[in-house]
Amino acid sequence: MNMNIILEALNKAIELVITTDESLFEILILSFKVSGISLLLSCLLGLPLGTLLAIKNFWGRNSVLILFNTMMGLPPVVVGLVVYLIVSRSGPLGWLGILYTPTAMIIAQMILITPIIVSLTAQIVEEISQEYKNLFTSLVVPAHKAIMAYLYDARYSILTVILAGFGRAISEVGAVIIVGGNIDHLTRVMTTTIALETSKGNLSLALALGIILLFIALITNFLLITIKMNAKRHMYV
Amino acid sequence: MLNGTCMYKKDKTSQKKITPIVADNLSVSFGSVNILNKINFKIHDKDITAVIGPNGAGKSILLQTINGLTNIQKGKITFNSFLHSDDIRKKQALVFQNPTLLRRNVLSNMEFIANIYKNIDKNIIQNSLVRCGLGGYDQKSARLLSGGEKQRLSLARALLTKPSILLLDEPTANLDPFSLKLIEDIILEENKKGTCIILTTHDMAQAKRLATNIIFMNKGEVIEQKNSKTFFNKPETNEALKYIKGEILL
Ligand SMILES: Nc1ncnc2c1ncn2[C@@H]1O[C@H](COP(=O)(O)OP(=O)(O)OP(=O)(O)O)[C@@H](O)[C@H]1O
Ligand SMILES: [Mg+2]
Repeated sequence: MNMNIILEALNKAIELVITTDESLFEILILSFKVSGISLLLSCLLGLPLGTLLAIKNFWGRNSVLILFNTMMGLPPVVVGLVVYLIVSRSGPLGWLGILYTPTAMIIAQMILITPIIVSLTAQIVEEISQEYKNLFTSLVVPAHKAIMAYLYDARYSILTVILAGFGRAISEVGAVIIVGGNIDHLTRVMTTTIALETSKGNLSLALALGIILLFIALITNFLLITIKMNAKRHMYV
Repeated sequence: MLNGTCMYKKDKTSQKKITPIVADNLSVSFGSVNILNKINFKIHDKDITAVIGPNGAGKSILLQTINGLTNIQKGKITFNSFLHSDDIRKKQALVFQNPTLLRRNVLSNMEFIANIYKNIDKNIIQNSLVRCGLGGYDQKSARLLSGGEKQRLSLARALLTKPSILLLDEPTANLDPFSLKLIEDIILEENKKGTCIILTTHDMAQAKRLATNIIFMNKGEVIEQKNSKTFFNKPETNEALKYIKGEILL
C-alpha cells in the first residue's frame, strides 16, 4: 500500500468529520448510547456493591473481592463469546431474541466494566473508611451518614473510576462485535466499524472513526488527570 | 401531656452525669500483646488530669479506652457507675494525637459535626474557630493546615459538642508559644465551666500549670496517681522520681 492511498483516506476522513457525515454520526451516537447506558447500569450496580464490600465484613468477602479483581482483566472476546452462547437462539436466554441488538452489546459491556467499578470503588471506600474509622466511632456517626461521608469525600477518586469504566467501554471491540454483529443502522459502533471497514479496505471511514476515538480517549484521560491533580492540590484525595 | 412525657425522658438522659470515671483492674491488649495492664484509677468531675509517662507507656491507648475505642480484655471502666455506651461516648470528645480531618475545608469539617449533633449553629461554629485561633480559615483545605493548625482545628471541633469529658492527647505538642497559651486558657476555661479534662503531655511544666491530678504510667501500668502538688514534690516511686528528673526509664 503506498503513501498516497493513506493520505487520500485521511483527507476523506477529515472531510467526513467536518461535513458531519450522517452515517458517521449514526455510528458515533450508537457508540455513546451503548457505552453510556452500560456505564450507567454498571455504576448503579457497581457503586453500591463496591461500597458494601468495603464496609461490611462477612464470610467470603475476600473471595468476592478477588473474583471481581480477576474479572477486571477479562478478555472482551471471551465475554462476547459467553454472552453469545447465552443469548443465541439455542442458548438459555435465546427466547429473549436480543442477539445482534444493542441490548446484547450493553450486557456484554456491563460484564466488562462492572468488575472495574466494583473493585476500584471497594478499594477507595475501604481506604477512606479506615482513615475515618476512629474519628467516626468516637463521634458516634450513624452508619448512613458515615457512608455518605465516605462517598462524598472520595468523590474525585470515584469519578476517575467512572471515567476509567467509560474508557474501557467505548474503546472495546471484541465483545460487541460478537454479540452485536456490526449490522448497518442497527449495531454498528465505532470500534466494530473500524475493525470491519479496515478489513474491507474502506480506509477513510475507519480512519475517521479512529481519529474520533483517539480524540475521545484523549479527552477522557485529560479529564482524569485534571480531576486527580485538582483534588491532590487540595489534599482532597 | 404527651409532650411533657417526652421532655422528661429527654432531660433525664441528657442530664445523666458521667463522672466520676473509675477504672477497676482494667486490661487492654491488641492480639496477644498486653498494652494496658490491670489499671486502677479514679477521676472526679472537677479534675484536670494529666496522664504522663514515657513514649509507648500506653497514654494514647488509655485515652482511647476511656472513649470506648478499644476492646477491654479484663476489668472494667465505669462512668458514674455506668458501663460504656454510645450515649456516654456522645458526652465525651477525644482530640487524637494525630488528628483525623475530613478531606474538606475547615468550615465543612465543623459543619459535619453540626450535622450529627443537635443545636450547633453557625455562631457556635465561628465562635469555636475563633477561640482556637482559626478565624478566617473557613475555606482552607483542612488537610493542608500545618501540624499545629490541625491540632487546633481538632480541638475546635471537639468543643462544638460541649462534652462533659474532654480527652486531649498531647493537645499542645506542635504549638507555638502563643497558641500554647491560647489552648491552655481554653482548657482552664472549659474546666471552670465544669468539664472534666484528661490530657496527656510530655511537658512537665504544663502538667504542673494545668493539672490537679496526675496519673503516671509506664509500660502499660499506672505507677502512681496523685494530686499534682504531691506528685511533683514527693513522688512515691523511684520510677516517677527518675522520670521527673529526666532520666531514662528501663
Ligand atoms: N493498634 C495497635 N496495635 C498494636 N500495638 C499498638 C497499637 N497501638 C499502640 N500499640 C502499642 O501500644 C503501646 C502504647 O502505645 P500508646 O500510643 O498508648 O503510647 P503513648 O504512651 O501514647 O506514647 P507517646 O508518648 O509516644 O504518644 C506502644 O508500645 C504501641 O506500640
Ligand atoms: Mg500517645
